Amino acid sequence: MSYYFTILSPTDTPIFNIAFGTSKGGGDGIARFRFPDTAQYMNQFIIHSSLDILEEAQWTNGGMYLKHIDTYPPASAYISAFLTPSGTRFLLLHQPPQLPTSGSSSTLGASSLLASGTTRSSSSVAANPTSAQTEEAVRQFMNEVYESFVKTAMSPFYRQGMEIRSPVFRGKITAAGKKWL
Amino acid sequence: MSATKASRIGEETRIDKVNAELVTLTYGTIVAQLCQDYDSDYQEVNKQLEKMGYNIGMRLIEDFLAKSGVGRCANFRETADMIAKVGFKIFLNVAPTVTNWTSDNNQFSLIFDENPLADFVELPDDGRAQDELWFSNILCGVLRGSLEMVQMQIEAHFVSDVLRGDDTTEMRVSLIRYIEDEMPPEED
Repeated sequence: MSYYFTILSPTDTPIFNIAFGTSKGGGDGIARFRFPDTAQYMNQFIIHSSLDILEEAQWTNGGMYLKHIDTYPPASAYISAFLTPSGTRFLLLHQPPQLPTSGSSSTLGASSLLASGTTRSSSSVAANPTSAQTEEAVRQFMNEVYESFVKTAMSPFYRQGMEIRSPVFRGKITAAGKKWL
Repeated sequence: MSATKASRIGEETRIDKVNAELVTLTYGTIVAQLCQDYDSDYQEVNKQLEKMGYNIGMRLIEDFLAKSGVGRCANFRETADMIAKVGFKIFLNVAPTVTNWTSDNNQFSLIFDENPLADFVELPDDGRAQDELWFSNILCGVLRGSLEMVQMQIEAHFVSDVLRGDDTTEMRVSLIRYIEDEMPPEED
């Protein structure tokens, strides 16, 4: 599974983004998106196109973690969102790895995953973006990011809505990704 | 007065508390504003912070003596313990370690294990702040100002800071002379 994580300020300015791959189930933590390297902007397109849905979803419950809110089937990209009280959006795009037989139907893919899932329990997080385990893992990840984000935003040299350039913050996000996703 | 007695005074002296984050954020904002006002001329920012601290120290010493009720120190070593274990303890609730004395007992270092002024802080990554800005420089001024009021002329500066990526936060304090006559403090 590959992830693309971005933080948007309340005025929709991207202030942080990072791409990484899964570290669960023997993953090496390197992002392998289905787009060619020259088309990585597709991640940004997909993630930003979910903003409208996010704005609808934000009123549906009182929680900050809005779970999986949007899917872009052509790229099988799943978007999860987290909304801070001040209106900063954390968006996570996850894309399961390409199945070995790309022509196979989704049910066949799922059953083959179930078969392999018995040996590698964590593969459920890596390959099934809508399962309860994935939602939980993403929630943990988001909460950890939120904690780091608050600390970074408390730094006197950080201004609201400014791009986050802190290497410490980036390090913490990478660590959180490694830990939960 | 022994160092342990000094720490006891520091522990026992009760003082009104304020929220640590209020102090941290207020001080952080001051430094950030100074950096902006002086166009990131960090030498100048250090100087201004020192000057602010000096003005605080000149007043704070009175408060310190009234609250702690301690008397005159017999020598500079005792002064150092008093600063670290009573002064910092009651005003910032930290007790830096006094160490690295020179043989003439006129210079020592304060090692700060924690620094409430610098919580949450990350220095701006413009390639210069890491080498030039002493974020907590106000403390140097406070020491200079307060000790001047009790007839000690000192010089204090930071030699390392964890914010810059150093292992420790260390302030070097040197006694220049005891001021013999009670002169009015020079205008600053």
